[in-house]
Amino acid sequence: MMGTGGVVVEMKGIVKRFPGVVANDHVDLDLRSGEIHALLGENGAGKTTLMNVLYGLYRADEGIITVNGRQVTLGSPKDAIDLGIGMIHQHFALIPPMSVTENIMLVSKSEGILTNPKQVEEAVSELCERYSLRVDPKARIWQLSVGEQQRVEIAKALYVGANILILDEPTAVLTPQETDQLFNTLRQMKKEGKALVFISHKLDEVLAISDRITVLRKGKVVSTVDASQTGKIELAKMMVGRDVVFRLSKATVQKGAEALRLEGVSALDDRGLQALKNVSFSMFEGEVLGVAGVAGNGQRQLAQVLTGMRKPTAGRIFIKGRGITSFTPADLLELNFGYIPEDRIDSGAILDLSVNDNLILKVYPSLTKGLFLDRSAVAKYAEGLIREFDVVTPSGDSPAKTLSGGNIQRLILARELSLEPRIIVASQPTRGLDVGATEDIRRKLLAERERGSAILLISEDLEEIMSLSDRIAVLYEGRIMGIVPADRAKIEEIGLMMAGTSVKSDEEAG
Amino acid sequence: MDLPFKVEKRPPAPLWLRVTAPIISVVAALAVCSAFILYAGVNPLYGYYHLFAGALGSTLGLSETFVRFCPLLFCGVAVALAFTAKFWNIGAEGQLYAGGLAATFFGVSFIGAPSALIIPLMFVSGFLGGALWAAIPALLKTKLKVDDVVTTLMGNWIIWYFTSYLLTGPWKNPVTVWPESPAIAPTAEFPILVPGTRIHLGIPVALFCAFIYFLIYARSSWGYELKAIGANPKASNLMGINVTRGLVTVAILSGGIAGLAGVSELGGIHHHMKTDLSFGFGYTGIVIAMLGGLHPIGVTAAAFLMSVISTGSQVMYRVTGVPYPISQVIEGMTLVCLLLGVFFTEYRIRRTRD
Repeated sequence: MMGTGGVVVEMKGIVKRFPGVVANDHVDLDLRSGEIHALLGENGAGKTTLMNVLYGLYRADEGIITVNGRQVTLGSPKDAIDLGIGMIHQHFALIPPMSVTENIMLVSKSEGILTNPKQVEEAVSELCERYSLRVDPKARIWQLSVGEQQRVEIAKALYVGANILILDEPTAVLTPQETDQLFNTLRQMKKEGKALVFISHKLDEVLAISDRITVLRKGKVVSTVDASQTGKIELAKMMVGRDVVFRLSKATVQKGAEALRLEGVSALDDRGLQALKNVSFSMFEGEVLGVAGVAGNGQRQLAQVLTGMRKPTAGRIFIKGRGITSFTPADLLELNFGYIPEDRIDSGAILDLSVNDNLILKVYPSLTKGLFLDRSAVAKYAEGLIREFDVVTPSGDSPAKTLSGGNIQRLILARELSLEPRIIVASQPTRGLDVGATEDIRRKLLAERERGSAILLISEDLEEIMSLSDRIAVLYEGRIMGIVPADRAKIEEIGLMMAGTSVKSDEEAG
Repeated sequence: MDLPFKVEKRPPAPLWLRVTAPIISVVAALAVCSAFILYAGVNPLYGYYHLFAGALGSTLGLSETFVRFCPLLFCGVAVALAFTAKFWNIGAEGQLYAGGLAATFFGVSFIGAPSALIIPLMFVSGFLGGALWAAIPALLKTKLKVDDVVTTLMGNWIIWYFTSYLLTGPWKNPVTVWPESPAIAPTAEFPILVPGTRIHLGIPVALFCAFIYFLIYARSSWGYELKAIGANPKASNLMGINVTRGLVTVAILSGGIAGLAGVSELGGIHHHMKTDLSFGFGYTGIVIAMLGGLHPIGVTAAAFLMSVISTGSQVMYRVTGVPYPISQVIEGMTLVCLLLGVFFTEYRIRRTRD
């Protein structure tokens, strides 16, 4: 193992209050050069807040920050960047219509008014090569998968000379292979003496990559430990404050009738390239069909086709034996589809509306008196859901944008699952959520399965796929590489299929 | 880059501050504009005294304020309604002319028809004229993704030049030979509600529209849909809300209400179609909608304030000689101050150490 160097950042007694909450309560943290330091904790534990303080997005109410031995005042990210601090947020700060190079040029400060795109492009290519970041500098951001966009963000930070890099839940959007790739990049950066902060709540990954781990709970530091001196069970207990069940028990459910069938469905992506190729499968009532795959292999387009957001170019979709080629979202409402979108901020909720108004989006026509919304009925309806699904919100009238990620997801689940959907399409349902919320949401999905709903679970989290699914389909470059029963599936086999090797599936064989 | 202060987000402002922010903003705007009045050689306090006394201090002044309130309220409501769904209707001005033209056609042709027939006909046709003029950009936006700001704005010029062509050509007044239409039928002229003033039928109709907007905005399920569409069209679509239909309908209603402004100016004031039927009421409507925070009560208050400034500035000009266009300066400055006011309810400036 590489020896770690001197302390580059020291945060002492950091206090950050928000109205009604203390997000950071006298937090101490130090970062050393050449180390990967994991910040572990549930959502709302204050990990991101602490790092936003270090990145100059928030100003601490109390406490001292020292960077390279000098006490600093960080008033804005620019101050942080000038000190060599970079941060990769969960929501990327990229401009979709611009190319990778153009996005990186935006933050470069060394050049004068006239920048030479060619030069920047070369520099970016070089950088990407050195840290094995696979990105085409000429591609436009909107054409890239989430994983690729993350690489652009890393390249951007490196380009402006970050020596201290904060990654907020970086693996939440990645597949095992992409995660491995990211880890290679991180190890290379560590070797060059950079200090890395890795925010996560995935215990296995934290243990695999970090040198030291600081666990936060409810704004306070529980402990800072050496990764080699601890284990999964101990960390989970520190994080949650109680013992955690890692394996959910799955009830035996009799597979029901066919709920939906895709036959030879093909679709294009936004670039006009073939994203789904001749996809066929069936979904049954009382069954979770997991769709595994590396990011950007057609998962998004598959969910879009199934939710009427994208028209297939070929093939047919059968619902209860009735064949259609495409449907509108209004049809789906009628067919009682539940949809938990990958992009919960943009598609799942309307953040400027209140929590109540979000909860009634699919049912408000039934909560009216004549032309008017029956506000008391709305409040009553929403209150029931907030309680049933444990949505933590100051009140039903608070804007949805004030909720944490986990609670926005609970809100979406409350809205969708309360309608007892016949078919559920769940895209990355627990991405970016903490252990508690993840467990909660997985339990809710399994409960839907027991109720007899047909569930399509699209996830890049293999562990999630393995533990929830009855059958697993693997998407690679828009094709289904095979469908295997989960109880007989081997993770190596699935990994091979995810990488494009066709494995003869049991169904084809039998 | 090392400024001695930093701008940062503040905790949500208390309610009293959010309510008083617009009032403070108006006062601030008047304070800034006093510099222009000083430049015109007049004591600002003296000028403002005549502005407010002129607009509010006499029966005649107050009635004229209400006369101006009428088109401004129509246009403010029209724009606010559209902006709620983020249909960027910059074209209330043009829709006003479209409404005026349609109403003129019936007002001039139906000589001899009773008021009870012809006035409702003018309102309906004016509404449809404005609605049509707004529906075109809405369809272009929803079907072909053409930018609504550009199309509604350009629509203003198209309809204005078309009006100008009609009034100097086929619709020219044969009696006066001025660029105006013949007079509408005497029965088409709006009844005066307060004798001795120009307060006409259009004013209660405008207030009625504001009330309808209140019901839509604050109570109706359709208003809820519009807010959802405005806040996130993509998610709204996923929830099964018909975004295209919502946007086209809101455009029709918005344009129709702006059209009623044209009908009211025609039937209540001018009685001829003219190329200066509007003094930029449609554009002031944008200021009013923003100033009122798109809320029906705020929009009504803002429309009244703008009417006071507009009417009062004329009095200020006559008495003190401060040029009339100062009213537009005050208008613009009020909007700037308000946007700043809103900014400070969300952000604060803090001195940095060292």
